[in-house]
Amino acid sequence: MSERRVVDARGSFCPGPLMELISWIKLAQVGDELELLSTDKGSVSDVPEWVKKVGHDFLGSREESGVWHITVKKTK
Amino acid sequence: MKILIIGGGMGGTILANNLARRLAPELKSGKAKITMLTASDKHMYQPGLLYLAFGRVTPDELYKDQATLLEPGITLVVDPVEEFLLDANRVKTKGGKTFDYDVLAISTGSRPVPELIPGLAENSETFYTEETAVKMFRTLHSFQGGRVVIAVGVPHKCPMAPLEITFMLHDYFKDRGILDKVQLHYTYPIGRVHSLENVAKWAAPEFERLGITYETLFNLKEVDGKAKVVKSEEGTETPYDLLISIPAHRGMEVIEKNKLGAGGWIPTNRHQLNMEGRENVFVLGDTTNIPISKAGSTAHFEAEALGENIAAMVKLGSPVRHYDGKVFCFIEAGKDRATYAMFDYLNPPDPKPPTKAVHWFKMAYNKLYWSSARGLL
Repeated sequence: MSERRVVDARGSFCPGPLMELISWIKLAQVGDELELLSTDKGSVSDVPEWVKKVGHDFLGSREESGVWHITVKKTK
Repeated sequence: MKILIIGGGMGGTILANNLARRLAPELKSGKAKITMLTASDKHMYQPGLLYLAFGRVTPDELYKDQATLLEPGITLVVDPVEEFLLDANRVKTKGGKTFDYDVLAISTGSRPVPELIPGLAENSETFYTEETAVKMFRTLHSFQGGRVVIAVGVPHKCPMAPLEITFMLHDYFKDRGILDKVQLHYTYPIGRVHSLENVAKWAAPEFERLGITYETLFNLKEVDGKAKVVKSEEGTETPYDLLISIPAHRGMEVIEKNKLGAGGWIPTNRHQLNMEGRENVFVLGDTTNIPISKAGSTAHFEAEALGENIAAMVKLGSPVRHYDGKVFCFIEAGKDRATYAMFDYLNPPDPKPPTKAVHWFKMAYNKLYWSSARGLL
């Protein structure tokens, strides 16, 4: 059964939000959704770029009180 | 109050010593007791492995007896934990003993897992254990030239290691007089050469100045040892004659087996350092799932905050401060120049140009580490 995991990378300069997402996506199962929380505006472009390149699904992003919520589905 | 510390690495050792000093009267009166359970009677200075790979230190220089590092009053038991019975405030060891606690601190660290990438362990050199660092030294020593590729898994211990190994390889080959026969090619998982933006802004021009080529958005997928090609999740591949890897890491197996956290990383409150949902269980060092560097300095600063808080729980009844996410990492920029990055949850680093002075301070710290572990520095 697919799961949804929140990856809280707020305030992460190193390893940073994208690297955190990559770490957790490796532990996820195909079909799982990951919601990345980031305070780095760069994540809004970094994450979809990487997701597209690797072939996972980018499900969308929204900003709430200075925190970007970026959702991705592991597809392979 | 019975305080039980699991793990005798940097985090556990500094925490134990910090607490023993703060709680000296309570230890003497019997009001507090500190016990450390660890897997080895030896303590390794892990950052020294980077230098071992170049033959700049020997293995024996990296170890001290764990017992010699601990303050009197701390009970050391060399017997690793196998079962965490958190609801009963108890752990069971491999040797079959049980230990009860009022406060538990888990600092079991992390381990490289190159075996998760097909072909990586058999076809690359790395330096995260004594055995692999010595093997890497021997390979480098006999290397006569070719394309050297640096490949990086995530997450990994010591976020500066990919850059440091690359700059140190450059100077190593230069000193051996074979730099003109070597092409260094650096790869990195995200869209710049380091996760810290300001460090990347410094490192990319350095690579260009030194003739080191680089490729970003390159996540290790597999290594074809026959064809001598490393392939990425992003669909690219690059040939190598010598592959140097920074393997991905996982938390320790005992954490996963006890279902304390996926990947061996325990869900941890980033400010109070308690395990999520447990007020008397604390986590520090690589073992946490906090999104900051898996590095000795992280464990060090967390141990200091936790030492103050656990001592305050004994003396005042509650913790007194937050951990602010402080990390300090040296960055070797070659064989004799270095800089550093210092940052916390709110403030990014602002690395300065490398100097010989910082390099020599790092060399001094490699010796001073033992004072640091004893909680004196």
